[in-house]
Amino acid sequence: MKCSRKWLTEFVDLPISEVGDRAFAEAMSVSGSKVESTEDLSLTMKNVKVGKVLSIERHPDSDHMWVCQIDVGDGAPVQICTGAQNVRQGDLVPTALDGSLLPGGVEIKAKPLRGVPSDGMLCSFKELGATQHDFPYAIENGILILQGDYQPGDDMAVKMGLDDHVVDFEITPNRPDCLCMIGLAREAAVTFGKELKLHEPVVAAKAEGNIAELAKIVIEDADLCPRYTARMVKNVKIAPSPEWMKERIRNAGMRPINNIVDITNYVMMEYGQPMHAFDFSCVGNGEIHVRRARDGESIRTLDGTERALTTDMLCICDTEKPVAVAGVMGGENSEIVGDTAMVLFESACFNGPSVRRTATALGMRTDASSRFEKGLDMQNTMKAVERACELIEMLGAGEVVPGVIDVVPEPFRETTLKLEPEKINALLGTDIDADTMKKILIDLGFTMEGEIIHVPSWRADVEHYSDIAEEVARFYGYNEIPTKFTGAISTCGGYTPVQQCERQVGEILRSLGLDEIITYSFISPSYYDKIRMPVDSPLRDSLKILNPLGEDTSIMRTTVLPSMLEILTRNYNFRNKAALLYEIGKIYLKREDGLADEPKIVSIGLYGPDTDFFKLKGIVETLISGITGKEMRFVTEKENASYHPGRCAKVFAGDACLGVFGQIHPAVAANYGVDTELYCAELSFDALYALRRELPVYTPLPKFPSVSRDIAVVCSNAIPVGDLSDCILKNGGAFLKGCSVFDVYTGRHIADGLKSVAFSLTMRADDRTMTDDDADSTVKSVLRALKEQYNAVIR
Amino acid sequence: MKEMMEKLREASIRAILESEDVDSLEALRVKYLGKKGELTGILRQMGGLSAEERPVMGQLANKLRGDIEAAIEARRQVLASALMEKKLEAEAVDVTLPAAETRLGHKHPMYNVLDQIKDIFIGMGFEILDGSEVELADYNFTKLNIEDSHPSREWTDTFYFTPDSKILLRTQTSPMQVHAMETKTLPIRMIAPGRVYRKDEVDATHSPMFHQIEGMVIDKGVTMADLKATLNLVVEKIYGEGTVTRFRPHHFPFTEPSAELDIRCHKCGGKGCPTCKGEGWIEVLGCGMVHPKVLAGCGIDPDVYSGWAFGMGLERLAMGEYKISDLRLIFENDERFLEQF
Repeated sequence: MKCSRKWLTEFVDLPISEVGDRAFAEAMSVSGSKVESTEDLSLTMKNVKVGKVLSIERHPDSDHMWVCQIDVGDGAPVQICTGAQNVRQGDLVPTALDGSLLPGGVEIKAKPLRGVPSDGMLCSFKELGATQHDFPYAIENGILILQGDYQPGDDMAVKMGLDDHVVDFEITPNRPDCLCMIGLAREAAVTFGKELKLHEPVVAAKAEGNIAELAKIVIEDADLCPRYTARMVKNVKIAPSPEWMKERIRNAGMRPINNIVDITNYVMMEYGQPMHAFDFSCVGNGEIHVRRARDGESIRTLDGTERALTTDMLCICDTEKPVAVAGVMGGENSEIVGDTAMVLFESACFNGPSVRRTATALGMRTDASSRFEKGLDMQNTMKAVERACELIEMLGAGEVVPGVIDVVPEPFRETTLKLEPEKINALLGTDIDADTMKKILIDLGFTMEGEIIHVPSWRADVEHYSDIAEEVARFYGYNEIPTKFTGAISTCGGYTPVQQCERQVGEILRSLGLDEIITYSFISPSYYDKIRMPVDSPLRDSLKILNPLGEDTSIMRTTVLPSMLEILTRNYNFRNKAALLYEIGKIYLKREDGLADEPKIVSIGLYGPDTDFFKLKGIVETLISGITGKEMRFVTEKENASYHPGRCAKVFAGDACLGVFGQIHPAVAANYGVDTELYCAELSFDALYALRRELPVYTPLPKFPSVSRDIAVVCSNAIPVGDLSDCILKNGGAFLKGCSVFDVYTGRHIADGLKSVAFSLTMRADDRTMTDDDADSTVKSVLRALKEQYNAVIR
Repeated sequence: MKEMMEKLREASIRAILESEDVDSLEALRVKYLGKKGELTGILRQMGGLSAEERPVMGQLANKLRGDIEAAIEARRQVLASALMEKKLEAEAVDVTLPAAETRLGHKHPMYNVLDQIKDIFIGMGFEILDGSEVELADYNFTKLNIEDSHPSREWTDTFYFTPDSKILLRTQTSPMQVHAMETKTLPIRMIAPGRVYRKDEVDATHSPMFHQIEGMVIDKGVTMADLKATLNLVVEKIYGEGTVTRFRPHHFPFTEPSAELDIRCHKCGGKGCPTCKGEGWIEVLGCGMVHPKVLAGCGIDPDVYSGWAFGMGLERLAMGEYKISDLRLIFENDERFLEQF
């Protein structure tokens, strides 16, 4: 909301010279009207004066240029060369002098034109940042020949109303009453402790007849239109608005058009009540029907676009057709034009959400709709239409017809509240007395009747004692409220075990060199094909967003794999040599009740030199043992189509499967356009957490030395080494404390289809130093078991 | 015989001092002191000595043996330390060569900031709640006093899963206020960070998924003065001691009174600069007293309990803290970006 400081002084005595931009912005912001920015319009045009053309002669060295002597009210005339052909002796012209600044940041300097010195430039209205509407008498392609009250030496910036500062407010949606001069003036008056000067419009209405004889207004859909007020003007004389009005309209960020249209805009900016002016001759049968559009109806709006209407859109119609989209935009069929003679002013109240939806559906959010959508004060319609008629008479733009039509299907219901100072103080932590509270409320336009607060009609946002508390606090000062802890801290707080575990997962992965990533929770359904998820996989049944931004973000992921692959791919495409990444991210699994189970998955992704299955396995192992401290089993996984069938494993601790990891299937990598090996792991955070290390109990350190023996056996290449290790541990007896693989060999001296596997066995007796015999017997039983179960023979 | 011993002493000591390595030293030991060595040879002749001379010569011989042994040992030490020095010299490395590769991973910058904030609140007796992102409109809107016709409920703004607009992706972390009030025992002091979703196209400052952190306190006698004291403290922890704040009235349907908390621009000190868009202040978070209607709707008697709540965007905070200019970098996850934090 743009607010002219000059215009504001009409309502509150706050001249810019007294309250500077900074002080104004600060005070208004902390009382609730946030100032976004302030623009000093005078800085946009400098040193442009009204000049009188004293003489004009041909340029000696040009067949189209002229040399003018211009009186700019300042002693000696200045000499200016111009190429324009419409300047005559005696004309008053805007003259940009040496060192002047024009809107748009154009600087004008004195410089010779074809050898003749020129001390500046004569300007067109475009060069002054104006439009034809601002100077309707001017020609479009030529110097602006000024008409009216201009004297040589006048500052054009002042004449055009640029001696103003425009404040841009961010008004919260609960305060549509502040989307106008009077609303802001009320806030400013209370903020600065000044008087609010309001004006009661007075209408003479000297025309003959009465509106009741000429027009009929019927509200058919009262649910969307609680009030419709109208007045009429006869013998309309369409003309440009006076300078002062055009200036205010311009500075508020709108364009002046003509007196009738300008009056509707002016009243909207002054009172916050959007108005519409119909050319009454175009309203069939003189009847206005406020109703929803009928099936198949359409309207060509003022912007020249034909718009199909739907049956939920409220329209202003005559007996036949829509003549306006209610609260949004008028129709071309009833537009004010040069020969309009009779005008019907509409000042109505429409249902906010309905206007918003209509404006959105039609793709035209207008100044009117953006006000209506927030819900306007239905008590404001009468004042606004009176003001419009007053301005008609003031401008001599027509004759106001006596009488008002005011249809109010749903009368205004006033809100009353009780002033409860102790409750307010308890909420704020203050000790404000009741009188101070009352004064603030009364200044804001509330009326008090004992302890009963009558909420003014424009404050529909106030409906609860806590709203009153906010009003009091705003003007008592949020920053005056004490800053103190009023209660003892009565909670302990802290991280839950789950949160601690999650932190620990991150710490371990980072210590292993992995970087954390954050990926979107939604993906494209096509990503399931990309990772070769089986077509009958239940994971394809994702929660589907019905109104997604696009296909790529249209379903909630049931696997983190596509997210990780996307990021690995992106890094690969950025030519990053390696990536080691992790995310603790949710997947979203459909639930019966329509909501989702949202378990967390530890997602790991790697590529780069020295990256292979076993590097990933090391990370997975370290993470799991770090969190759980438990032994794991790795089982070949050939079924998961996203992974390389020969380089993929499921990892178990006890009976619980913690997840899957391995090399991404080259076909999947190819789907992502990656021709290097990608490695991923998907581990269940919940499973990890369930197995987390419990409180450790100290085990006494061994008192006796251990003995180590190495054995190498030859067996079928198909037997997983892990099975052999399990067999050894199971059959080693009480002395065997550990078994580690230190070599796997195929090739020379080993027959085809066989491999040699070397283990180092660690043995120890708990109660004595072990003898060689003890060790020999352990090795013997291990070898026997390997032979029996796997036909693995000592090499 | 005495002369022979003196000769041997002289010759052996010289030879020992001249020996160049441990092996030759050992050879000298054998030569002089071994079973067939020169000293033994001399001692063999003792049989021809008189009874008076024998102990005297014996003594001399023992002393000679001792002296030779001591000389050998001394020389051995000299040689050993020379050898060690030589070895160390040969082992010298170029300390400026790169290290063997060990790599510490990096926390995502946004979670760095989040963890910092979590720690601050944990220290003040808060707990951390985690909640569902697929949420009921009831919790995301209705119970937060957001009316049915509120624009934020439109399908142009919020992602929906059901045609009746009942199930959605939460647009804010505020539904966690309701969940906490409905399930926790009073008093409550909690924060709830998490992912939220709005129908915004991706650009330098927007993303359809982003993060918020919600906070709420419900207890007897909680006031706006409490809110101010706590949030001032938090802001000082985040932005540094002495950070100047101001509270400015604002509007949220679920708090009343509502406020926005600004901090004085740290770049210009409040004079106005591009960082603060000339305002001298930077918006940090939204907050307010929990609306008594919301309390009552969650089964808490507003005449007995009161509370305050706040919500802040995490992305903007992280971007400010690390001077990240484009929101897209946060979700792009480029290693070259991640490595910087």
